[in-house]
Amino acid sequence: MKSKNARNTFNLTRKQKHKFWGIAFLLPFLIVFFSFTVYPVLMSHIYAFFDWPGYGPLDDFVGLENFINVFNDPLFWRALGRSGLFMVGSVSIQVPFALLIAILLNNKYLKGRYAYRTMIFIPVVMTSAVVGVLMRSVFAVHNGLVNSFLEFFGVIQSPINWLGVGRNAMLTVIIVASWKWMGIKMIYWLAGLQSVPEELYDAAEVDGANKLQVFRYVTLPLLIPIGIVILLISIIDSLQVFDLLYTLTRGGPGLSTEVIEVYIYRYAFTSGFGGGMPQMGYASAAAVFFGLLAIVISLTLSMIVKKYRISDEKEVRP
Amino acid sequence: MNLKKFSLKHLILLPFSIIWIFPLIWMISSSFKTNPEFLTEPLKVIPNQFAVENYYRAWEVANFSRYFINSVVITTSAVLIALTVTAMAGYAISRVDFRGKRLLIILMVASLFIPKGYVVIPIYNIIKSIGLLDSLLGVIVATSTTTTNVIFVLLFMAHFNSIPRDLEEAAELDGAGFVKRFFYVMLPLAKPIIATVAIMRFMWTWNSFFIPLVLTLSAPQLRPLTVGIYSFIGEYSTDWTGMAAAATISVAPVIVVFLAMQRFFIEGLAGAIKQ
Repeated sequence: MKSKNARNTFNLTRKQKHKFWGIAFLLPFLIVFFSFTVYPVLMSHIYAFFDWPGYGPLDDFVGLENFINVFNDPLFWRALGRSGLFMVGSVSIQVPFALLIAILLNNKYLKGRYAYRTMIFIPVVMTSAVVGVLMRSVFAVHNGLVNSFLEFFGVIQSPINWLGVGRNAMLTVIIVASWKWMGIKMIYWLAGLQSVPEELYDAAEVDGANKLQVFRYVTLPLLIPIGIVILLISIIDSLQVFDLLYTLTRGGPGLSTEVIEVYIYRYAFTSGFGGGMPQMGYASAAAVFFGLLAIVISLTLSMIVKKYRISDEKEVRP
Repeated sequence: MNLKKFSLKHLILLPFSIIWIFPLIWMISSSFKTNPEFLTEPLKVIPNQFAVENYYRAWEVANFSRYFINSVVITTSAVLIALTVTAMAGYAISRVDFRGKRLLIILMVASLFIPKGYVVIPIYNIIKSIGLLDSLLGVIVATSTTTTNVIFVLLFMAHFNSIPRDLEEAAELDGAGFVKRFFYVMLPLAKPIIATVAIMRFMWTWNSFFIPLVLTLSAPQLRPLTVGIYSFIGEYSTDWTGMAAAATISVAPVIVVFLAMQRFFIEGLAGAIKQ
């Protein structure tokens, strides 16, 4: 140990050295974090108050005008509605369906369960942009995989226009998104199922409960807390689908699959619905508005989760 | 009784999972067909003869050799940068006290939740102002610095917090300084976290689309595969089998890495949900 009076600028104490290196280790991250996360987030909120095409000087301050325009644009609300529809559709397919598969796979003695799990999980790791492009030909009217398959088995007589007709397109997008992301929900449910202690099953079986009763009265109540978390994650994830949607439909045909992210992109990087320049300020306002809405949704849901967890603990520990 | 039940389960699971990955099989099989065969017999899994020229077209004519190299360079750099930066930061936050530490952690966690707005424009402007626009380095910087790194710093921090300080104190008595302790004592103990971070960063960067799309709008030679495949359908819209070959080239690396490392990946996810 160095004595205290021996220190000078060249001979730092142990503590000072420790601190010096600590800050040196932290510095690269701080630079990255502040310049590529904090600054861009701040700036995108500032743009929302300007009339600005995304380049040139940022000098046309318009106050809340962009927000008011977003609020008054029926197309924004319709895009929001489509995001909602997409969310309800994909979540209500994925979450229960994934539970069903997880139940089937949650059996130590089932041969090949890892192979099944892998096969169902693979779409999750596939690049969204590639999936979007691939699904264009899977759901193509002529020679597409789905139509050829259905025609081969005589399910349909004439080909279905999956992506070319408004109402079908939304359904197709929901199917594709559910296909892509169901595997991850299956993993979540499996984690939940595996946390149910096995003694409980044995006890229920000794009491003469059948499989369905065991599920209804033992498994299901124990799954509800994790189920709510899974629901929350699925809802939030379903709002982030730009890559897939943009490469699959670009929001079309017409505006039928234009969810909020595509709407924002249209204003930020193209000339919106009319001619002229991109409207970065307006797009930022829409993005901020939508972001706040998403926060409100996730906060509400996480409050429900917390409430559930607390009441759950009370039950376990009277 | 058991045998019957198992076969019933397989009766459901086997066709289901085959149908589930069939688009992938179909993509690979189409990538070996000729365009006429693809159009006349879309359901056939094994092509009449393996048309390797689809890969040639995608690789040479449609420039996928270039896109592939771009993706490899971008992803490798992003993994290395993210690992270095986040492991060091995680260690510093775990072991060193400094003013504003609590505030920094709060800010980091908050950054994961606050609305991102349209951050791509400021990022674009930063890249432009440091003179990296229309360079591969610019794409690397933008994709390796995304907010998701915060998750990695928190992962490393939590892991280092769980390691008792006695180990470092012992190393210190042996004369090891801060840097040595980090590289020789702590990092080897963080191998599982390093693996998780490397895999996650690899997958996210390889699959990233939006930021590279915007950054390479005026520099098509810098496109990674994800952007390349998207422009492919614009430029060669009728070449279905060439598209299938290009798509196969694009997803093959992620699928291979996933199959090799899936335990890390899936268990990481399962662990995350339980918390």
